[in-house]
Amino acid sequence: MTDATIILDDKHEAEFGDYFALLKPRVMSLVVFTAFAGLIVAPGGIHPFLGFFAILCIAIGGGASGALNMWYDSDIDMVMKRTKSRPIPAGKVTREEALGLGLTLSAFSVVMLYLATNWVAAALLAFTIFFYAVVYTMWLKRATPQNIVIGGASGAFPPMIGWAAVTGDITLSSVLMFMLVFMWTPPHFWSLALFMNADYDKAKVPMLTVTHGKRATRNHILVYTVLLAGFAAAMFATPLAGWSYLVVAVVMNALFLRGAVVLWRRDEVVAEADGYKAERAFFKLSLAYTFLHFMALMADKVLFSFGIGGPF
Amino acid sequence: MAITKLHDIHTRRRSRNVGLGLALAAFVVLLIGLTVVKVTVLDPSIATQETQY
Repeated sequence: MTDATIILDDKHEAEFGDYFALLKPRVMSLVVFTAFAGLIVAPGGIHPFLGFFAILCIAIGGGASGALNMWYDSDIDMVMKRTKSRPIPAGKVTREEALGLGLTLSAFSVVMLYLATNWVAAALLAFTIFFYAVVYTMWLKRATPQNIVIGGASGAFPPMIGWAAVTGDITLSSVLMFMLVFMWTPPHFWSLALFMNADYDKAKVPMLTVTHGKRATRNHILVYTVLLAGFAAAMFATPLAGWSYLVVAVVMNALFLRGAVVLWRRDEVVAEADGYKAERAFFKLSLAYTFLHFMALMADKVLFSFGIGGPF
Repeated sequence: MAITKLHDIHTRRRSRNVGLGLALAAFVVLLIGLTVVKVTVLDPSIATQETQY
């Protein structure tokens, strides 16, 4: 091999942005937001720099698990329209590079979080990465139509980690924040799967819509939405919920339940006729649901600190 | 002999090199910040204990 061949061999010469894309920046934004919320609503306080550092570690840890997911799932990503432009199927980054980046950043984020905060937060982050990369990606995703339900736990841990970074413990309040995201995940993803069915089918991922059909999926969405409303209401048993949370919880759960009932009452003929309008609207509503619940908890914390209102 | 003609590969490598350089610089700044905060915020009693060893 000559110098010329080395220079011209441009396979796998990825840009920095391609490596960054391995960290799933869009998923990372949800992780950062919910971890930030957990950190803000936790009792006591944390030095702003340590808080920032903790959020950064949680984001990097979440990104690392995304890279490990892309390493393992590159065969699936190549098939699905939504994912085939990701760095590995697009030929920009090799699987080995993704694995190396994922493992390195996983270890880095856990160790740095431990040094900045405490072992409880670091252990929760380590477990989250393990759960997403091993339990969800390597095991459940290809094995069961309940993949989204159990795998959703990994997306639900960040507010608990944010909380633990401040307090060093796990309490009912942080567990309920976990449950809020955990129970929200199935209706969120299944509503997406209702109008993305063909893609999962092609990739042979046992999504509920593929294995049990859309009728069963609609039933499941309704059940999980009812359970979700129960956990959202349970937050009133904690010192976190005030007037902001009350308003948001009542309005958003009423809308979400109404949306779930609408989906439950529809069938495929109606849905296909209007281009899955209600399913798309429900999916969009689900995005606002989590955002507003956590925003309300943070707003109440700020109001309480000014002596306005108080826990119920 | 200096390379006078830039290939697309050089542009992409530059992006990687600059990105990695900035990431490492940010890491150094963060570690310095963490050290300063840990030292100044550390509980004075613990700080006294630790200096005894």
